[in-house]
Amino acid sequence: MVREAALTEEVKTKLETITGADLLMDALERENVEVVFGYPGGAVLPIYDKIYDAKFLHVLPRHEQGGIHAAEGYARISGKPGVVIATSGPGATNIVTGLADAMMDSLPIVAFTGQVATSVIGSDAFQEADILGITTPITKYNFQIRQLEDIPRVIKEAFYIATTGRPGPVLIDIPKDIASTITERPEEAEMDLPGYQPTLKPNRLQIRKLSDAVGAAQKPVILAGAGILHSKGATELLQYVEKTKIPVVHTLLGLGGFPSDHPLFIGMGGMHGCYTANMALSQCDLLINIGARFDDRLTGNLEHFAPNAKVAHIDIDPAEIGKNVPTVIPIVADAKAALLALLQEECNEPAHSEWMETLKQWSAAHPFHYDQASPKLKPQRVMELLYENTKGEAIVTTDVGQHQMWAAQYYRFKHADRWVTSGGLGTMGFGLPSSIGAQIADPDSCVLAIVGDAGFQMSTQELAVIQEMNLPIKIAIFNNQSLGMVRQWQEFFYESRFSHSKIPVQPDFVKLAEAYDIKGYSITTEEEAERVLAEVLHTREPVLLDFRVDADENVFPMIAPGKGIHEMVGVKE
Amino acid sequence: MKRIISLLVLNKPGVLNRITNLFSKRNYNIESISVGLSEQEGMSRITCVIYVESEQQSEQITKQLNKQVDILKVTDITNQAVVARELALIKVQSNPHTRNEIYSLIEPFRASVIDVSKDSLVIQITGESEKIEAFLELIKPYGIKEIARTGTTAFPRGTQRQSQQKHNFSIV
Ligand SMILES: Cc1ncc(C[n+]2csc(CCOP(=O)(O)OP(=O)(O)O)c2C)c(N)n1
Ligand SMILES: [Mg+2]
Repeated sequence: MVREAALTEEVKTKLETITGADLLMDALERENVEVVFGYPGGAVLPIYDKIYDAKFLHVLPRHEQGGIHAAEGYARISGKPGVVIATSGPGATNIVTGLADAMMDSLPIVAFTGQVATSVIGSDAFQEADILGITTPITKYNFQIRQLEDIPRVIKEAFYIATTGRPGPVLIDIPKDIASTITERPEEAEMDLPGYQPTLKPNRLQIRKLSDAVGAAQKPVILAGAGILHSKGATELLQYVEKTKIPVVHTLLGLGGFPSDHPLFIGMGGMHGCYTANMALSQCDLLINIGARFDDRLTGNLEHFAPNAKVAHIDIDPAEIGKNVPTVIPIVADAKAALLALLQEECNEPAHSEWMETLKQWSAAHPFHYDQASPKLKPQRVMELLYENTKGEAIVTTDVGQHQMWAAQYYRFKHADRWVTSGGLGTMGFGLPSSIGAQIADPDSCVLAIVGDAGFQMSTQELAVIQEMNLPIKIAIFNNQSLGMVRQWQEFFYESRFSHSKIPVQPDFVKLAEAYDIKGYSITTEEEAERVLAEVLHTREPVLLDFRVDADENVFPMIAPGKGIHEMVGVKE
Repeated sequence: MKRIISLLVLNKPGVLNRITNLFSKRNYNIESISVGLSEQEGMSRITCVIYVESEQQSEQITKQLNKQVDILKVTDITNQAVVARELALIKVQSNPHTRNEIYSLIEPFRASVIDVSKDSLVIQITGESEKIEAFLELIKPYGIKEIARTGTTAFPRGTQRQSQQKHNFSIV
């Protein structure tokens, strides 16, 4: 009898006492986390012991950087925060590039890092890194857990900060001892963020001002950035454009926010944007920026950017307004909220038939172009084939370089949230792992990972994850045996002195795929490309396609650094 | 252009680091930062004196500071009627011949001598930075051995004169 009582007592305490790691698991469940991209190590062992029984999917990348890029791809496609776990020291420093990338492109990421035990923090203990110090400038916010009972509140705050306002990465550093300390279940946590209040609703007066400006404009243009996508405002953008008949230019990251088959879509602007889009930005009299940040790769030399335009800027981040371009109608708001307000406001259509005619003529005369008669396999042609064979419905992730620009030019997105690319940081190695996250977020869609031969080799190891999970990703390597974009700049600006930009010695990518038990094809001609694509794009297994494209091809048009947006070279005459 | 920015911040570990980090990340030029507890529990007041090239840049700084999660309030008080004070400790060389002369300089500045040794004096002076500069200029010929300055700390006066031009940098 006595013994039995003691036993139940023991079971009871076991039920009621939990550890810091349990609090973390509870919090992840409360935040409805479905998938975690994580890599174990000493400092996170107490957490991994709990993950052993976790309900969410845990994906083990083969490098922490791959893990965080996968989380970014997941976040971009699902609209939910991407969750990452890394151990202390090297695990934590391996996610630094991804944090910086997510910061630049405003992606919601919550990253957990292990830390050495509280008692030895600051003593250069084994695998200690000052990850708070390292990541302060490249996270929206970061925390270190100092007290066990703070875990629920901090995690709640972290998810809130990462996903509200202008989204961004948040890091939580958890000392190992705190993760394994036993505690009692605390009460429901309340957030305590008196200094964090993002503005969401637009100022009515400014909405009125913008509506008046639209009625008075003769050469209006909308510049639509990724803010449209982050705010889930693509439908509202379409409605607003149909109401006002203002033509739309997209930024690189905004692609898909407005359907590219719509007659009012002009194209992408910027360094490798199309002629019409850049000329429209240059010559407009009213520029309505919705959720873009006037990045220098878009504007070119600021002196020549939209010199005659009245600029209206809608941005959820007040610090972006007026940062680069003087703005007369500032609207601090969530893009969707601002569009809804604009839709309710009375507004005359601009008298812009002449402008529309000009734009139409430009588009007809100066489309993207390449040498279609060339006997070589042209990368632009491959991109067209990828587009045609997926009917423009695929999710496309890219790496960084020429292939990225060709993808942006030739893959004409019809829908929002189908495009994953590293814009602000321009991170090579992003394309393959981000496709993993994208496919997990949307298991039924066709995912194309469009990568360069060099960037692919920065993340090759993630093939293991693709094979292990049998993710039906189609990996298209644009193999020009070079760091193509670097080679292009050297050709134009450094007298063709190709310093370390050619990599003739490559692994056999097909054999490499086969080593991971993934099917691979090497493709050297257009006919081969057509045949193989028709055969493999619809299969439910991963495939690697090694496209041997013309190694000397360049991306056009191009605005040289320091030049104005209207000073494009390589425009079709 | 010199600007004085007053911040009300949460008194948490790492907050000062976040602020100096922001300044260096954005390439802003700080002259001084002074930190201390405020009248509200759990909050500190920070006064930054910075140099900017344009109104646009100072607006940008204010906005970037405002985005910080741990900062509750950002006020550019440069153009307001403010009380701004700095404290400096100055160790000057002195000998029996110069000591009286130095004392006579101290008086009109309402500075005080807080330590005397055989060959030096330590002077404490408070006031606006310009006053401290002027005093240092006068005392320099005697030979300054060491200076420690706190940097400006400031806040707006209780009553703002009507004529005073006010700047409000929040744009909505
Ligand atoms: C991590 C990283 N290192 C270097 C660069 C600079 N860079 C930009 S594009 C590029 C070449 C990429 O070559 P590849 O992946 O083959 O793509 P391609 O341009 O040939 O299509 C390089 C080196 C970068 N963006 N990221
Ligand atoms: Mg290449």
